[in-house]
Amino acid sequence: MTAESRNPARGLDLASTPASDLKLPGPGSPVLSCRDVSVYYGKFRAVTDVNLSFGANEITAMIGPSGCGKSTVLRSLNRMNDLVPGARVEGLIGYHGVDLYGKDVDVIEVRRRIGMVFQKPNPFPSSIYNNIAYGPRVTGMHVDDMDDLVEQALTRAALWDEVKNKLHKSAFALSGGQQQRLCIARALATNPEVILMDEPCSALDPIATQKIEDLMLDLAREFTIVIVTHNMQQAARVSQRTAFFTTVADEHGERTGRLVEFDTTEKIFSTPSDERTEAYITGRFG
Amino acid sequence: MVDQDTPPRRARLASTGARAAVETVFGEQPRGDKVSGLVFRSLMMLALAMALVMLVSLIIYSAWRGWGRLDLDMITEKPSRIRPERAGYGPALLGSLYMILGVIVLVVPIGVGAAVYLEEYAKRDRWYNRLIELNIQNLAGVPSIVFGILGLAFIARGPIGLGLVVATGSITLTLLVLPTVIIAAREAIRAVPPSIREGSLALGATQWQTISRQVLPAAAPGILTGVILAVARAMGEAAPLLLVGAAGFTPFLPLLFDGQYSALPVQIYRNAVEPREEFQTLAFAGVILMLVVLLAMNSFAVWLRNRYERRW
Repeated sequence: MTAESRNPARGLDLASTPASDLKLPGPGSPVLSCRDVSVYYGKFRAVTDVNLSFGANEITAMIGPSGCGKSTVLRSLNRMNDLVPGARVEGLIGYHGVDLYGKDVDVIEVRRRIGMVFQKPNPFPSSIYNNIAYGPRVTGMHVDDMDDLVEQALTRAALWDEVKNKLHKSAFALSGGQQQRLCIARALATNPEVILMDEPCSALDPIATQKIEDLMLDLAREFTIVIVTHNMQQAARVSQRTAFFTTVADEHGERTGRLVEFDTTEKIFSTPSDERTEAYITGRFG
Repeated sequence: MVDQDTPPRRARLASTGARAAVETVFGEQPRGDKVSGLVFRSLMMLALAMALVMLVSLIIYSAWRGWGRLDLDMITEKPSRIRPERAGYGPALLGSLYMILGVIVLVVPIGVGAAVYLEEYAKRDRWYNRLIELNIQNLAGVPSIVFGILGLAFIARGPIGLGLVVATGSITLTLLVLPTVIIAAREAIRAVPPSIREGSLALGATQWQTISRQVLPAAAPGILTGVILAVARAMGEAAPLLLVGAAGFTPFLPLLFDGQYSALPVQIYRNAVEPREEFQTLAFAGVILMLVVLLAMNSFAVWLRNRYERRW
């Protein structure tokens, strides 16, 4: 670990062992890691003491019942939670060992490197071309050939063949699944390292979902992907590691989200070590 | 056997089901529903008819009374107390157009700026922001003559002291319509889906980039509608202008910061209160002129709005 990773001001060190006694069967080379992360919205503690790490070129799935804090954790990973009034993160979130919430961290750069795809496709009210070019333009990326960049992003998102003849048409003319792939392409255009996906298929039909899943498996060769999903089959199909969250009552009797189990997807779906995980994946609750 | 049998049986079942569904849908409506539906519809039509009849009769009556003076002189000539048959609205029309241009130049940046601050930057829970909001809503209901007095005391005289010139009229009218523009612009900005802001911010755009490149373009049609309404109102106001020096019968073409000026509604009023018949005709012709100018401005704004109309 480099000196950068130390954060004496906050009394925490990413290299130290986590405070909780949760075992971390994490990946060998984590891109992002959470140490004892709790997220608050005002006084409400949405999620408590999460210890997780996300490996390079892996797909990590976060599953769990509604309100368990998985989306909250996801949105803390690129500081989108900053936009929620009263939201606060405790603990450490490290990106290559750098404290993501450190004083001199540039939020804009964080979001450029850690892209995000939302639950509902949210293309900009503009042309397909402008949707892709927007990110590079606003972040002041040095681009020699924007046309080429747009083509590459769309190709990587498996959308190029469907839209190459209507690049300057409105993005709203696309189907829901195409719009979602456009949003993925848009996130790829700024050349991120990590892509966070917040239930990216929940508004899509099975065929569009299939395409997005194929795309994710494809993208995992280049990118680190973190996906929140309500669909357990989806987690089982695409991810290498799975984190299971649930809602528990904390020491004051208030509901809060907790990470129950984090392991390889195979283990979670075959021989989970926690009975709550087993109950959830076998459909007995949640 | 079974495979051959299945389709017709299924078809029979399906058609039976469909018939049952159709019968409930197309069945006879209860009589009471029909009558109340009809009554309600007639009442709505009546309300619409009232509004239309008023407007149309106003236009027809003005055109009929002002018919004799609907000529080019009426637009270009100077007003005159002595020869009303050759007098016109030249300086008043120009004064009104200057003032309206001034209003647009002032009200768009200030109004939109205030709306952006309140919607995108202001923290709702701060007392001063709530106070500002409350004040803007109240200001929208303040009578226009009060703004006239304000304009006279603070802009024509007092700390700013511009004198009784076009610019004073412009600023006074801007203050008058500013709350309307702010409220309309806030509505338009609020109507932009949060997902668009999130999408932009998640790509690494700054808040200002998100506002200027996504939020404002998406809100532009709504903002324009607010500006159209505000400008139309400013155009028709006579009361505050009477206080900040819009004179009748001024023969000079107006300058922005110097000299006498007039405005269409004020000149119409001055003509209307003159006793001779020719002045009455001229006043009605002036009403038509003002309506035409307003309609032209509105059509341009609607065209502009439709050009930028977006959906999501």
